[in-house]
Amino acid sequence: MIINDYNNIISWLSNFNLNLYILLPLQLFGIGVWGIFLNRRNIILMLMSLEIILLAVNLYFIIYSVYLDDLIGQIFSLFILTVAAAESAIGLAILVILYNVRGTIAIEYLNYIKG
Amino acid sequence: MYLSIVLLPAIGSIISGFGAKLLGNKGSSFIATISVFLSCILSFCAFYEVGISGSPCYLNLFTWIDSGILNINWSLMFDTLTVVMLIVVTIVSTLVHIYSMEYMKQDPHIARFFSYLSMFTFFMLILVTSNNLLQLFVGWEGVGISSYLLINFWYTRIQANKSAMKAIIVNRIGDFGLTLAIFIIYYIFKSLDFSVIFASASYFYNNNITIFNINVDALTIICIFLFIGAVGKSAQLGLHTWLPDAMEGPTPVSALIHAATMVTAGVFLIIRCSPILEFAPSALIIITIIGAMTAFFAATTGVVQNDLKRVIAYSTCSQLGYMVFACGLSNYSVSVFHLMNHAFFKALLFLSAGSVIHALADEQDMRKMGGLVKIIPFTYIMILIGSLSLMGIPFLTGFYSKDIILELAYSNYSIHAIFAYWLGVLSAFFTAFYSFRLIYLTFYGETNTYKIIIQKAHDAPILMSIPLIILLFGSIFVGYIAKDMFIGLGTDFWGNSILTLPNNIVVLESEFIPYYIKLIPVLFSICGALFAILFNSIFSNFFNYFTISSFGINLYKILNKKWFFDMFYNQYVVKYLLYFGYNISFKILDRGFIELIGPTGIVRLIKQMSNTIHNLQTGYIYSYTMIFMVGVVVLLNNYYNNFNYNYNFDIRIIFIIIIIIYLNSINYIKK
Repeated sequence: MIINDYNNIISWLSNFNLNLYILLPLQLFGIGVWGIFLNRRNIILMLMSLEIILLAVNLYFIIYSVYLDDLIGQIFSLFILTVAAAESAIGLAILVILYNVRGTIAIEYLNYIKG
Repeated sequence: MYLSIVLLPAIGSIISGFGAKLLGNKGSSFIATISVFLSCILSFCAFYEVGISGSPCYLNLFTWIDSGILNINWSLMFDTLTVVMLIVVTIVSTLVHIYSMEYMKQDPHIARFFSYLSMFTFFMLILVTSNNLLQLFVGWEGVGISSYLLINFWYTRIQANKSAMKAIIVNRIGDFGLTLAIFIIYYIFKSLDFSVIFASASYFYNNNITIFNINVDALTIICIFLFIGAVGKSAQLGLHTWLPDAMEGPTPVSALIHAATMVTAGVFLIIRCSPILEFAPSALIIITIIGAMTAFFAATTGVVQNDLKRVIAYSTCSQLGYMVFACGLSNYSVSVFHLMNHAFFKALLFLSAGSVIHALADEQDMRKMGGLVKIIPFTYIMILIGSLSLMGIPFLTGFYSKDIILELAYSNYSIHAIFAYWLGVLSAFFTAFYSFRLIYLTFYGETNTYKIIIQKAHDAPILMSIPLIILLFGSIFVGYIAKDMFIGLGTDFWGNSILTLPNNIVVLESEFIPYYIKLIPVLFSICGALFAILFNSIFSNFFNYFTISSFGINLYKILNKKWFFDMFYNQYVVKYLLYFGYNISFKILDRGFIELIGPTGIVRLIKQMSNTIHNLQTGYIYSYTMIFMVGVVVLLNNYYNNFNYNYNFDIRIIFIIIIIIYLNSINYIKK
């Protein structure tokens, strides 16, 4: 019953094979980074890729918190969630104003820092 | 006194050149003439001291080059050969200055003319008084430049431009030979002073040196290169093409440069280097052959020329051939004697030709003259006596030097000497022929000029007559007066300045050649004169048929085109060299390759590189992000491999990178 569940959980925790859980967040991170490079359409895709990157990093924190048996990883993951939400809100607000000013959100008109 | 002989013409040149506005035309011409006249008086004093009293003078002025291996001073040497040349140069220069005061009177640029004339005299004096080869080369180049400036005096005339450029370029080829000779002399003797070279020349006899892996006799190769310099300057066969075209300059220029002074600079060089030449017999043979061929070639070409000054120019070329082959047969003193005599009667001929041209309002074509003997009798007498002296009529000046050259050539028992003798005799015939042809066409017979011109024809004014009279006395008497001093048997006039090896002296043998051989040159001259007069007057029908016949036309073509030398040089040498000089060495090498690896190329490369790097900063966020990621990857790699940058580096990657850069940069060059 409860002791069996605890036994299962303790055996899973002490025989934690980290290699099984590395690859997925890495692939998510790669998708997010490539999404920024290969983006030719608009800025919303860049923001979405940014969210995917943050999600991947979040997952890494949680995985390592289970592996190292330290709770600080999960607390920090909550921080990341909060900050990611706030930053997405600000980014979308800037995007709306950019659309108001420029009339378009295509990437190719955003080379102000060229020179 | 000795220094002022050399410096006075320079001072006169500078004052009359730069002070032309201050002094005006008359003032600057006067200053230049006075300075050269003073130099002439002082050179008479020098002649008395050095030549007659036998005390040469050596002046060491100041240091020019003072490095450890090469020490050259500005120093002047006044030995016998120098003072003889000084007399010749200063007398002719003074007379030409006086003559041009009247001849160029109405030219607005007369101050420049006198400045150039004095500058030329100055450089010629530097040439003859120098004590080392480098100072001689300074004078050599200086007379070349002065002759360019003087031939190109009327520089708005296109023919004068072309002729002056031709003169300077052909001269330059000869100068290159002289430069090579100076290099080899320095390499062997380790010094350029004449005293060092001439004293040690005999120790290098039969001494071989290696140039470009070829073993050559040292003194022979030096003398051949010296002779190439003389060929360029003295218009011997091969580099003679500039002399007839140099008649584009005013007549006083022709008298000064192309009769008496510049063209004798080459002969002077040969005679000055006689201590070296004596030990190089093969070079002497080459000098003889080329001198003899020049004499013959110029004489045959002068027969069919139609321009008054050109006939006299070819006559100069022919007499220079005489001088050169006399040197080649080791008779240096006779060559100097002929040089002096030739200066007198050739300057007389040129100046009187100038008088004729002046009288006929600048008409130079002989076929348009005629019948002037009663109108300008003074000039007629001058030209007649000058021509008789040139032809070698007995007991005038030319006879003493010209005949002894031919006698000495005959008595030298070698093939090249006999070759030179017969060519010399033939050219004496042709010389007489064209001299009298000139006199006949200009003075005798019926007039071919316009009525206006011949109505206004006047004889030479007083300032033009005085030089002619002085030269007349020179042409008649100098030969007899100076003969025993210059070429007499056992004379010690020359002292140390000329060396002749004992087995090359044939003066005694020349007294015992058969009597008819001694008569042949005079006979040929008189025959030539007779032929010229008869063909033009009595047998003129026969002569006309001859000139219309096909043989005559072909002969005229060959001779009038100067044996096709000019055409050959222009088509087969000049055209290809000009093509090379512009397309290859200018466009591809100078503007192409050397600019590419020089400052221009580096600037262009930096601009291209900065453009390439500039393209990295696109302004788009995603590019910058990618560079971040690349950096992160490199860092991670190094973190796990202990910052090891020495990866397996194959050298072929360099070539691939170069090819990539080249392929990427093509579209920038081909703009």
